[in-house]
Amino acid sequence: MDTFAALAQGLSVALQPMNLLFAFVGVMLGTAVGVLPGIGPALTVALLLPITFKLDPAGSLIMFAGIYYGGMYGGSTASILLNTPGESSSIVTALEGNKMARAGRGGPALATAAIGSFVAGTIATVGLALIAPTVVDIAISFGPEDYFALMVLAFTTVSAAFGSSVTRGLTSLFIGLSLGLIGIDLQSGQARLSFGIPDLLDGVEVTTLAVALFAIGETLSVVAAGARAEEVIEPVKGSVFMNKEDWKRSWKPWLRGTFLGFPIGAMPAGGAEIPTFLSYALEKRLCRKPDEFGNGAIEGVAGPEAANNAAAAGVLVPLLTLGLPTSATAAIMLAGFQQYGLNPGPLLFASAPDLVWGLIASLFIANVMLLVLNLPLVGLWVRLLAIPRPWLYGGILVFATLGTLGANPSLVELGMLLIFGLLGYVLRRYDYPIAPVVVGLILGPLSEQQLRRALAISVGDPLVLFQSPIAVTLYALAALALLGPLLFYLLTGRKAPVGGDED
Amino acid sequence: MSDTPISSTKGPDKARFVIAFGLAILAFVVGWDAWRLSSVNSFSAVGPAAFPTIIAAGLALLSIATAIEAIGEGAQERPRDEIGPMAWVLAGLIGQIVLLPFLGFSIATGWLFAATAKGFGRGPLWAHFLAGAVLCFVIYVIFAKGLQLALPAGPLERLI
Repeated sequence: MDTFAALAQGLSVALQPMNLLFAFVGVMLGTAVGVLPGIGPALTVALLLPITFKLDPAGSLIMFAGIYYGGMYGGSTASILLNTPGESSSIVTALEGNKMARAGRGGPALATAAIGSFVAGTIATVGLALIAPTVVDIAISFGPEDYFALMVLAFTTVSAAFGSSVTRGLTSLFIGLSLGLIGIDLQSGQARLSFGIPDLLDGVEVTTLAVALFAIGETLSVVAAGARAEEVIEPVKGSVFMNKEDWKRSWKPWLRGTFLGFPIGAMPAGGAEIPTFLSYALEKRLCRKPDEFGNGAIEGVAGPEAANNAAAAGVLVPLLTLGLPTSATAAIMLAGFQQYGLNPGPLLFASAPDLVWGLIASLFIANVMLLVLNLPLVGLWVRLLAIPRPWLYGGILVFATLGTLGANPSLVELGMLLIFGLLGYVLRRYDYPIAPVVVGLILGPLSEQQLRRALAISVGDPLVLFQSPIAVTLYALAALALLGPLLFYLLTGRKAPVGGDED
Repeated sequence: MSDTPISSTKGPDKARFVIAFGLAILAFVVGWDAWRLSSVNSFSAVGPAAFPTIIAAGLALLSIATAIEAIGEGAQERPRDEIGPMAWVLAGLIGQIVLLPFLGFSIATGWLFAATAKGFGRGPLWAHFLAGAVLCFVIYVIFAKGLQLALPAGPLERLI
């Protein structure tokens, strides 16, 4: 009951003309960057952080959420028409979607992706609104040792779920954690790992790291690939509308995808890739025409796209209620909250209800906007795909350095951008996931804070970490996430399916 | 990216050895810094050295694990990367850092744009430099006037 009152209040915030405009700008930008190869929502939000510093917090956060949702829509367009998924979570969409586009059924493929995303996004946002107050109630009783355990769980699942091996995921995470150490330790006033460079005393900016890893690392690895990465754009032929059979074959996969995607996204494990893989496998098994799979089955687009968007909404549950980001975009959105002195978590629901509920309500509006805009504007998005790559990547680097200079006009900052960019290239080259580095950088200092708080209460007795039942349960889950792939291998003799990386 | 063709040949994977070595160095640096901090008196139960110590230990373990994987998986063939185009992009980024203090945002970033386009195989350099510099000048004006964000100014920017 309270939830609906709060949501109605939020809706009145989200419907203010300025906030509608922010949501509109957000979904347009998000769709554009989702379509474009080489940039994603994480990078876009990171680039916008310095620019929005002086704007209204609610409006900016609504815009970021619009970018986040829009990126998911745009990613599906790129993977269907170009066969190069803009986002890792639309890899599966490319499997069937691109086949459909080649068979001249690109229109219905785009339509089922868009409508499926709308259905899933709406249901999942309702789920978010319903579940969030409950999680907040539970989280209020969490002690620092429970928060620390929760972060350990997030660390293990983020590193185990992304990328091709647990060792590599953990390596990425620990690189991020090490970078998080740089700067002045707030409790003791000691400088750590700053090597006497004054610019390092403030620590590594999340935006600098994210922009470097995503924009510069990506540009370097694309330019290094040279002619290897040539792409063919499939033109959209025929009607963009789905016929009766398409509808009949789509609605069940939409719903199934939603119910796979939302819970998995909402767990403090995150990742939108896993539910898309699960949904694809499920639809393949349930489809009445299994021979169509691999040749452009509409179910194979509808299910994973719904799962993708539902998971994207699910990721906001731990972000808003616990302050726990489980994807790169969520990590940067957390940095966005922090830039305004807001700390997502149970207290935010009490201290800034208008902002939180306004944000949740604006997700519904963003979804409607995306549905209305996407299909009619598909021609515009396709034209974006045709931007020559030299100009596209030239522009990406211009904006990447612009964003960094806007946040902090210093040459050391640009130097860090270059070094982290090279790091991003090396990580990509040797198949290390990117997201755990960003999550490690932002969650590392937070987890250290909780650890030290817990140990300060117990006067240094480390056993306090394992005395709370909640913490022990979370550690057990963390162990399961780390050893899960190994168990899967031992039980079935097959390697566990793993997702890609990035956003 | 994860589906790059992997074919094992004899011998350990040299690249992963290098990565393992890099991780060992990082573990050493973090650990050394923690050791330095542990000698500092702290008033709380847990000082600033505790967390870095854990991370250093984790990095050391990962370094060993990476080395073991390098031997276990064997040498892997990776697609060859083209050095020339990469060098252009890096020259663009380094050039921007060098030029920025003297010539300002527009010219330095115009060079970055031109060098990146060149790296992706699109010339001529001077035309892209001009276009890039004009574009960046417009951005500079928007940022300085509209958003009150100070970008590094040079001779061009001082004209306005």
